[in-house]
Amino acid sequence: MAERNPPQSVTLNVNGTSETLEVDTRVTLLDALRDHLNLTGTKKGCDHGQCGACTVMVNGRRINSCLTLAVMHEGDEITTIEGIGTPEAPSDMQRAFVTCDGFQCGYCTPGQVMSGTAVLEEFRQGWPSHVSKDLTGNADFNDEELAERMSGNLCRCSAYPGIRQAITSVATKTKEAAE
Amino acid sequence: MTDMFRMDKPQPRLFDETVQGVIGKPLDRPEGLLKVTGRAPYAAEVPEANMVHGVLVRSTITRGRLTGIDKSALEGLSGILGVIRSPEFVRNSAQGMANEAPIQPEDHVAYFGQPMALVVAETFEAARDGAHRLRLSYETEHAEIDPTTTSEIDTKPDSFGDLDSAMAQADVTIDQKYSTPGQVSAAMEPHASIAWWEGDNVTLRGSYQMLRFNRNELADSLGIDPENVRILSPYVGGGFGSKLGIGSEAVAAAIAARELGRPVRVVMSRQHVFDMVLRRSETHQRLRLAAKADGTLLGIGHEDRVSNLPGEEFSEPTAMATHFMYGGENRLYNHEIARIHRTPSGSVRAPGEAVGMLALESAMDELAEVAGIDPVELRLRNLPEKHPEKGVPFSSRRFEDCLREGAKEFGWENRTPTASRREGDWFIGCGMSGAGRANMLVPSEARVTLEGDRAIVETDMTDIGTGSYAILTQIAAELLGLPMDRVETRLGDTRFPGASGSGGSVGAGSSGSSVFLAAKKIRARLAEAMGCAEEDLTLQDGIARSGNIQKPLSELAATAMTEEGGIKPGAMGKEFFQAGFGAHFVEIGVNAITGEARVRRMLGVFSAGRILNEKTATSQCIGGMVWGLGAALTEELQHDPRTGGIVSRDLANYHVASHADVPMIDVRLLPERDDQANPMQAKGIGELGISGAGAAVTNAIYNACGVRIRDFPATPDKIIAGLEALGR
Repeated sequence: MAERNPPQSVTLNVNGTSETLEVDTRVTLLDALRDHLNLTGTKKGCDHGQCGACTVMVNGRRINSCLTLAVMHEGDEITTIEGIGTPEAPSDMQRAFVTCDGFQCGYCTPGQVMSGTAVLEEFRQGWPSHVSKDLTGNADFNDEELAERMSGNLCRCSAYPGIRQAITSVATKTKEAAE
Repeated sequence: MTDMFRMDKPQPRLFDETVQGVIGKPLDRPEGLLKVTGRAPYAAEVPEANMVHGVLVRSTITRGRLTGIDKSALEGLSGILGVIRSPEFVRNSAQGMANEAPIQPEDHVAYFGQPMALVVAETFEAARDGAHRLRLSYETEHAEIDPTTTSEIDTKPDSFGDLDSAMAQADVTIDQKYSTPGQVSAAMEPHASIAWWEGDNVTLRGSYQMLRFNRNELADSLGIDPENVRILSPYVGGGFGSKLGIGSEAVAAAIAARELGRPVRVVMSRQHVFDMVLRRSETHQRLRLAAKADGTLLGIGHEDRVSNLPGEEFSEPTAMATHFMYGGENRLYNHEIARIHRTPSGSVRAPGEAVGMLALESAMDELAEVAGIDPVELRLRNLPEKHPEKGVPFSSRRFEDCLREGAKEFGWENRTPTASRREGDWFIGCGMSGAGRANMLVPSEARVTLEGDRAIVETDMTDIGTGSYAILTQIAAELLGLPMDRVETRLGDTRFPGASGSGGSVGAGSSGSSVFLAAKKIRARLAEAMGCAEEDLTLQDGIARSGNIQKPLSELAATAMTEEGGIKPGAMGKEFFQAGFGAHFVEIGVNAITGEARVRRMLGVFSAGRILNEKTATSQCIGGMVWGLGAALTEELQHDPRTGGIVSRDLANYHVASHADVPMIDVRLLPERDDQANPMQAKGIGELGISGAGAAVTNAIYNACGVRIRDFPATPDKIIAGLEALGR
């Protein structure tokens, strides 16, 4: 009997490193990262796109990695939390999360950091959100906008205020540096 | 065996004498960088060589007997290693501190969603496919699933004085019914276990809160000696009660690993977490308040009905806070436990207070309204001198200060009359509530080693996000006079001395005290080495001083000093009533057209003894307050009326608060020392923040628009119906 799910080859560019995997076609991008590349910083909270713990960037855009199959990402640039910083050299965002206590148990945290990092870029590019007053101009950076844009990332410890303080502190710092 | 210090006398305030200056400070979590960079390893994330994957299969009947397993649909699937079923499988997670196996039902089914079998395969994908295809057959039995109509009800009445007479004599009375739906912990990390055997010894890497108990529960489930069980839980992705007791995935993983001779990982799907992990019971409550015209309470009645499966000892202690929050000589309780066949209930953050105070603090708001007294003032008029039922004094209680300072900081005096403030489509209003949560001490042990100017803390305590790594490091650093980065705290391994574990807000006080006592013994040895009395010893930044003598710890502790510390409850827990207190204040907007309620401001003022780390304590309070917000507005388990099965079994249908629901939240922690609590003067804080919080939200809704929500949560449909009834 023919094997029902023959493995398929896929090459992902993960955090700047080319990785070729032979995977069951049912393997999600999330499980490819966690179980095949041992990049367990990306978390599985619901496996259904409801919690955001699995947020990674694909070609510069944040997505829920549980909602997409690994084999759909041939040649894609994937950035995971491991590509954002290390304990020895954390990013500004990661450092701000520690300072602002933007986490408790830490399980949703990599997803929050990924979304927070991506959100700042989305602001920079002038993307509007559901709460933007003007859909054509640049949205103001404020807490209401930030809360809306971060709402795909659940945190049951409910460190939401600390998370948004962390992102805001990085945004402020980046803005000051630019001026 | 560690000598266990019994908490029989008020304790001196050593932390007010030490000079390292780290205790209480808002310091960053020592494990923080590991968490924010994704390097902290959680239960499912440390694969063992040759590991295989198991997926649980749930029952699709409510009650009956398993009669057969049809594996034919699995034939030809590649990678399937077996369908595991054993009489050792457990029906549900153990209740907190059970210390023995949960019920092992063999072929009997007691609720829809019960774990029945485990499909194991070389890959997760194959195991999941196999689990979906497996067909189980049953003989079904009739099952009662509705707590309001079921025939089997256990009753626990209790009373003081005569409430009926008090109600008859009172100038003002409240007699109202409140209900709260089932709720769940919904920790972000689904329950996960990796089990492997070496000879007769099993190691489980799991996600658990109370390892000392979990080890015994797993051993009892497997019928082996606890000496043969090791559990590792260095990082836990949230607990909130759901990981107090050993779960079905752990027992199944251990059994499968034994049968297959390979390490087995079992991770529950999010839906299985809803089905198989203990929920918080729904409650139906009746509150009666009898008061004089000035608001002074003559009596309180708090009757409740909760539910659980037959055979489960836990029942949601709904009236927990009603016993001690407010005065009144005539008091009546009647606790009913409806025996029904739904996913069993257990501890979820602040069992009792979390839902009981929604009713109590709503009723107090209603009394304030009827009596024409400000809600803050009403509470101030009803602070009992002593515990109103036990007659013992409070160890420390700054409830009055929480109310007064909170009201001032929030700007409570600016609150407008009911339904009088409107901004466009939004009614705006403010509400408040009291908060109270009993403090407990649980036996706990720890080991501290000082070697040179470095110290290591070891205990099987867990950090479920609560801040254990931070505070235990601070306690040792403060007492030994070391900078934080010279102390390493190792947690979550049953090979370390057994701790209280994390649950019931006991962790900081109990496990913290064990670290305190171990470090204090090292201080005594250092004093001896210095040739001085312990009280004359000053330790700071790795230097010991006494009078004009000064020596570095690197010299005094050139040979490692290891001490164990242990604490257990004593007379102080009986001679005094210990609790944390607080007050919540909320400003809310209620949309006149959509019925949507949005919290705009939230302030919590708390007193919980000495605060060990202001940053992590604040986060605990914020977390609790947001849970209160969720309980008030969105959280609700829904059961299929035909089967009792949970239908809102994922995070799209069970609504925990998200960023957009939560404004910036203000927390104030009042300085307090509780000498009767433990040698650190600290009380539990993890559950205080949720206690009463939701009632402040619904009381604010009432003030905003005049709609009184007594059936939680306050979803838009209920608010619209209320507005229509009022003609608004």
